[in-house]
Amino acid sequence: MGKKAGKQTFEISNPPTIISTGTVAGPFEGQGPLASDLDVIVSDIRDGQTTYEQGERSMLTKACRLALDHASHSISEVDLFLAGDLLNQIISSSFTAATLGLPYLGLYGACSAMAEGLGLGAMILDGGFVGSVLVATSSHNSATERQYRYPTEYGGQRRPYQQWTVTGAGAALLGYTGSGPRITAVTVGKVIDMGCKDPLNMGAAMAPAAADTIAAYFSDTKSDPSSLDLIFTGDLGEVGLNLCREELAEAGIELGDKLHDCGLMIYDRTKQDVHAGGSGCAASALVFLGHVYKGLQKKEMNRVLLIGTGSLHSPTSYMQGENIPCIAHAVRIERG
Amino acid sequence: MAKKKLNPKQEKYQQKVKKYESKPALFKNAFQAFVSGGLVCLIGQGFIDFYAAVMNLPKKEASNPAVATMILIGALLTAFGVFDKLAAYAGAGLSVPVTGFANSVVSAGLEFKEEGLVQGVGAKIFSLAGPVITFGVVTAFFVGLIHALIR
Repeated sequence: MGKKAGKQTFEISNPPTIISTGTVAGPFEGQGPLASDLDVIVSDIRDGQTTYEQGERSMLTKACRLALDHASHSISEVDLFLAGDLLNQIISSSFTAATLGLPYLGLYGACSAMAEGLGLGAMILDGGFVGSVLVATSSHNSATERQYRYPTEYGGQRRPYQQWTVTGAGAALLGYTGSGPRITAVTVGKVIDMGCKDPLNMGAAMAPAAADTIAAYFSDTKSDPSSLDLIFTGDLGEVGLNLCREELAEAGIELGDKLHDCGLMIYDRTKQDVHAGGSGCAASALVFLGHVYKGLQKKEMNRVLLIGTGSLHSPTSYMQGENIPCIAHAVRIERG
Repeated sequence: MAKKKLNPKQEKYQQKVKKYESKPALFKNAFQAFVSGGLVCLIGQGFIDFYAAVMNLPKKEASNPAVATMILIGALLTAFGVFDKLAAYAGAGLSVPVTGFANSVVSAGLEFKEEGLVQGVGAKIFSLAGPVITFGVVTAFFVGLIHALIR
């Protein structure tokens, strides 16, 4: 049992490589500052399909195929497919798994799906059970809005602390070929409930979970922030990132300008009216598998931590007055 | 709704959340709602005068076709995807008048047409407007009851 470090962290003894990635973004995300790092920007929010849900699935399937194409891998060479999304019963992931015809494990960690998938994939590979894993996730602004909040054409004013669900999908092929970035450690988060009830303020609800996992990572690995070049939270947005910083400062961890949030990076908030920033599974998938992955390949950074953050409420739970429980998983990725 | 008591740690965190939750610009929003709401009413009044003159109706009865016209405009703006953009600026100025009611019904109808006519449009069309109708009827019942008793 030499792989477990501390209470929540697993050091990967035979770290798998992120062989390739595939990213597909919606038209609005294509107007953001990271558009040049993304593989495909679709022009239609439904991606040529009839419903938003089909559109999300279509983007997810495309992202998976892109990741495989970039590695010149055929689908039959993939041993396992791990995917998760936000729609009820994770239909985007499961229906895509049906299309791909791969052995599949569905994940639900809300917007933490990307980090959860990368971490789990690395652990399964390190365990020697499989030789390659395809990890993917997606989210869709209109599909999640209609499930969690209001019809898309409903004219309500948005709160300044509200976030904008990112439309897009990302996939990563993990295995033991090539010299790409490697997943070297995984910190599995605990579900944290700090009494938040407002489903419009997800950043505030998720921030304590992110802070808890980051603190656990440093204490488990007996390291400090100087051991990392950059730290990316998934989709805390402006409010959540500030709160996360404050929580960490109280625990004696100062991250300064090493701490960034994928939800804040994907949009240009001076031009795009997204209020507190982006959210959704695709926020961390697009920013990490597009922008950060390329940065690691170009040797602009060596050692980064991705903290996927997820809010685990459902429309039923918050209507019944329950608090919003949240989770955050961290994966450490090092340049190959 | 279950009211669970927060523990001291949660209580302390909620205080911090309040600090970072920027408040909506109340004065600006109220001013925009005042002006745009007034504009909506001005247009409505225009229709009342128009129907009164053209259809030769007393003012009180001319308000019926005028309201129907405003609902039609609200519905069309929703269908063309313009209403939500106008409402982001106007806020209560558009949502409180009858145009807001039209928007809440039509937006839900549009949204759920993919789930079919019965389980989608039929069942979900009043998902936003339903509470207004329910409590409007309940309130009307009690007001009527009080009115009958007092008289």
